[in-house]
Formats: sequence, structure tokens, C-alpha cells
Amino acid sequence: MSKLTRADVAHVARLARLELSDDELDMFTGQLADVLDHAADVEALEIDDVPPTAHPLPLVNVLRDDIVQPSLDRDEVLRAAPKAENGRFVVPRILGEAP
Amino acid sequence: MSLAANTALAIAAAVRSGATTARQVIEDHLAVVATRESELHACNLVMTDQALAAADAVDAAVARGEDPGPLAGVPVALKDNMCTRGVPTTCSSKILEGWTPPYDATVVERLRAAGAVAIAKTNLDEFAMGSSTENSAFGPTRNPHDPSRVPGGSSGGSAAAVAAGYAPLALGSDTGGSIRQPAALCGVVGMKPTYGAVSRYGLIAFASSLDQIGPFSNTVADAAALYEVIGGHDPRDTTSIDQPVAAVSAELGRGVEGLRVGVVQELSGEGIADDVAARVREATDALTAAGAKVGEVSVPACTFGLSAYYLIAPAEASSNLARYDGVRYGLRVDGEDITQMYTRTRTAGFGAEVKRRIMLGTYALSAGYYDAYYGKALKVRTLITRDFDAAYEQFDVLVSPTAPTTAFAFGAKTENPLAMYLSDVCTIPSNLAGHPAISVPFGTGDDGLPVGVQVLAPALGEAVMFRVAAALEAAAPGKAS
Repeated sequence: MSKLTRADVAHVARLARLELSDDELDMFTGQLADVLDHAADVEALEIDDVPPTAHPLPLVNVLRDDIVQPSLDRDEVLRAAPKAENGRFVVPRILGEAP
Repeated sequence: MSLAANTALAIAAAVRSGATTARQVIEDHLAVVATRESELHACNLVMTDQALAAADAVDAAVARGEDPGPLAGVPVALKDNMCTRGVPTTCSSKILEGWTPPYDATVVERLRAAGAVAIAKTNLDEFAMGSSTENSAFGPTRNPHDPSRVPGGSSGGSAAAVAAGYAPLALGSDTGGSIRQPAALCGVVGMKPTYGAVSRYGLIAFASSLDQIGPFSNTVADAAALYEVIGGHDPRDTTSIDQPVAAVSAELGRGVEGLRVGVVQELSGEGIADDVAARVREATDALTAAGAKVGEVSVPACTFGLSAYYLIAPAEASSNLARYDGVRYGLRVDGEDITQMYTRTRTAGFGAEVKRRIMLGTYALSAGYYDAYYGKALKVRTLITRDFDAAYEQFDVLVSPTAPTTAFAFGAKTENPLAMYLSDVCTIPSNLAGHPAISVPFGTGDDGLPVGVQVLAPALGEAVMFRVAAALEAAAPGKAS
């Protein structure tokens, strides 16, 4: 059985900036444990000497010439934002009050 | 007579020659949409005004004596995770509801340049995460062959749109089978290109090392024509392969004489419904009769594909979906500080399956579990690619079922995510390896619903894959009702 606990799920939810109700915590813990139990076949493989594949193409540093090209119109991009002002995105307070 | 039952190639030929107008083509297809959409819900948005305006532009080009392109006047349905400038793009998620992209995806630009006309944005499982479209925030799509069944997913809206005659062509995206599985369940052709063969610029990311855009159609020739339009290098996608798209249409008539076809044992036994397995045997018998040399082949690491995929794809998704934070676009739910704003926005904006995958990925990448889960899954990816390479030393293409069953009932798998994930068991290995694969309709199951047969090929093996697909199409029993 998976080692996944309710506390683990609460922890990853917090890391992912998701808030779960008690009922959701119960449901997700069971469902995620099922998936991790299925993944036990992969976890159990002894393949230390196999190199990982993070990507199907062997690409390294795809570069283009350093020439200025048109980009998206700033005002058009900002119009899609929930809140914008003076050419910037507006967000709630990030820092606490000064001591 | 309505033009809506024609192939894309027939429509384009008629529009280019002046035998019909693009406006007439679009009006006929919009009439089909009007008849069936209230029942099927294949679309998040029908682009009536934009489509008619684009059709008029094609007709004006014809009138001026210009060539409007190889897909002149052909309606195309777009999965609603592809950016369309000035037209809302939602990923069937509340977190992007009402967002209007400031740019077009490369595939959308290439369609327009080829004279094709975008007719609708189609429904999907939220952020392409699912196998039935039941995870759409805006309600599921119904299967045109049986509205009590799912169309498959995640590109279920695009598959249903083609099956119902809204358009002869559609685009979907395929991360673990999201083009091929709904194509099989809806009785249409669906193809996932080699990773990097089609630009992902403007495709809203789910799992970036797995996602590929590809075509849906009623015929193999139409899929080939659409692939040739959307494929090829794009400097705006750094993972785009720097070479021209293969001329696959020219290969379709070459037959399969002498080609070596391997039936993948690991994808043909346990978990595959008897009626689906029977159709695959008939398909391979038909290839034998057409001159192919059919044999069995083992791709052992495929057995671990599902587990590896459901660690890798959620890991990449958890990173990609971090961008939905209420700052730059989409939903914002205000909070007293920025962390509360992030949390409230994401909690309100994402559905249950998206939350499940974000948490699964966050867990698989977290300290203490990274090596055991994500790291191991990446090594399995190497094993799968190696096993495919060995199989392709003996065979030109491989064959398997596309999906384990025909279309299932609504609600059949929604309470058990793992059961839903098993819908993708035959399609996932191609994504992990970055290889192309296509689903071709081949008869029906015991319930009278369509069955798809999958043809797999090595990286950039689209030409031989399309040859075999064309042979299967020619040999297939009469189309499903």
C-alpha cells in the first residue's frame, strides 16, 4: 500500500496553493494513493544504471540571432489582466508592514 | 444538396475551381452545427461571424484569380486550448473563462494561410486532463454515435465535431492519447505526430515534453493533407524539429506490399475487450492479405508506461499550471495578501481532476520522493524508447488497439480516476517515446460502436505510418452507424 497520508496531501495542497475541505482531503488521499499504488511497479524497478529521458529530442541550447523582433503589444496584453495600472500588473500587498 | 458530407479535399477542390463558394460551404456546416449542437455540446464557442468573414475573404481571393490555398474554404474545428487572437480560449476551465488571447497559435496561422476557415472552439477535459470530456467545467460532450456515451477525451469535442459533420477537419492535442482515443471512440481518424513535428506555439501547455497537436478527419487522406499544412519548423517553438514536414499524401497509394507489421503483445492481451481485440486481428489479417508481413513483437517496457506517464505528466503539469495565479490573465479571487489571492483563485478556478494532477505532480517532485517517483519514471521513459528501437529493427510499423473498449457510459469511471487513466494504456507509450501514431476506424464492437486500430511508427516515420493507415481504411468494414 502507498505510504501517502492525509497530512501529505494537505502539505502538497499548500505547496500548490490549493485549499481543500476535509471531505476533499479524504477523497483525494484515497484517489492519489490508488495512483501511487499503481506506480509501485515503477518504484520497484532496479534501474540505477539507466539514464533518464526528460525529453524526447536531444536538443541543447536552441538559439536564434540576436536581432530585435516584434513582441506582443503591451496594452493589449495588460487588457487581459484582472487588474493593471500605469503599464503594470497590480497585485495585492506582498510585504508586511515595515517594523 | 449540403456540402457538409464531403471530404476536406473535395471541398477545397470545389472552392478553388469556383464550383462552389467558401460561404456556401461554411453555411452548410453551420446548419449541421445548429441541428445537433444542443444535444452534443461539442463546442465551447461557434465562430459564426468570424467563419463567414473568413469564407468571404477566401471567395474574394478566388474571384481575384488568386490561389487561396490547399484547404480553401474548408471548415476546421479547433480544440479550445489553442490560442485564437480576439476569440476566447478557455481550456474548458473556469480559471481562463472569458480570456481572449492577444495572438494566434502557429497552427491557426498556418490554417488561415492555407485557406482553411476556423469554425468553432471545441470542448475538452479541463486543460486536456481526462479521457471522456467529463472534466470540462462547461459540461461534457456527447458521442454522436450514441449520446448516452462519452466521446472520449481529452479532445472529445474535436472528435465529436468531425463525427457529427460540423467540419471535415479538426485539430486536437495529444499528451497521452487525447487525439487517438476520442478518434477511436467517435469513429474518425486521429493522428499524433512525432514530438516536435508540429509547432506548440500557442498551444496552452499541459505536459510540455509530451504535448503534440494533430489532425482529426473522416479520411486518412484528409488527415495527411491537414498534417502537411500544420507541420514543419517554427522558430517560435524551441522544440520544433528544424526540417520541412514530410510529404505524406504522396505515400497513401503505395500499398503495404512487403512492409513488416508488428503486433505489440503487451498492448493486445489483458485489459483489452474481446470485441476490440477481434477487430484488431481482422485488421492485421487485412494487412496480411494486402501483402504485409505481420508478426508478433514484444515491447516489454510498455507495461510500465501508464505508471510512468501518470508521474511525468502530472509533474510537468504542476509546473506549467503554476502560471494560473490571478496576476496576468484569467480569474482572480481577491485576498488580503498575495498568497491568499493565489490560493483562493486556484481553489475556485481549477476543477477536481486538475487539482488531483497538480497535487500528484507536486508530490512526485517533492523532496524525498523525487528519485523514487519522477526520477524512476524518466528512466522508464528511456527503457520504453529502447524497446521501441529494438522492435523497429524488425518491423516498419507496429499495431495495437487504440483504446481498450468502445465508448463507455457517462459516469462509468468518474469516481475512480485510476480506471479512467487505464483508457490511455495503449496510447501513452508513443507520447513517452515521442513517436507518431494514428488511429483508424475499423468496424464496430458488439454494441455497434466504433473501434479504432492504432498504427505506431518510429520518430519521423509518418510516411510509412500513413501508408499503413490508408491500407487499413481501404480494408475496413462499413462505417459505424
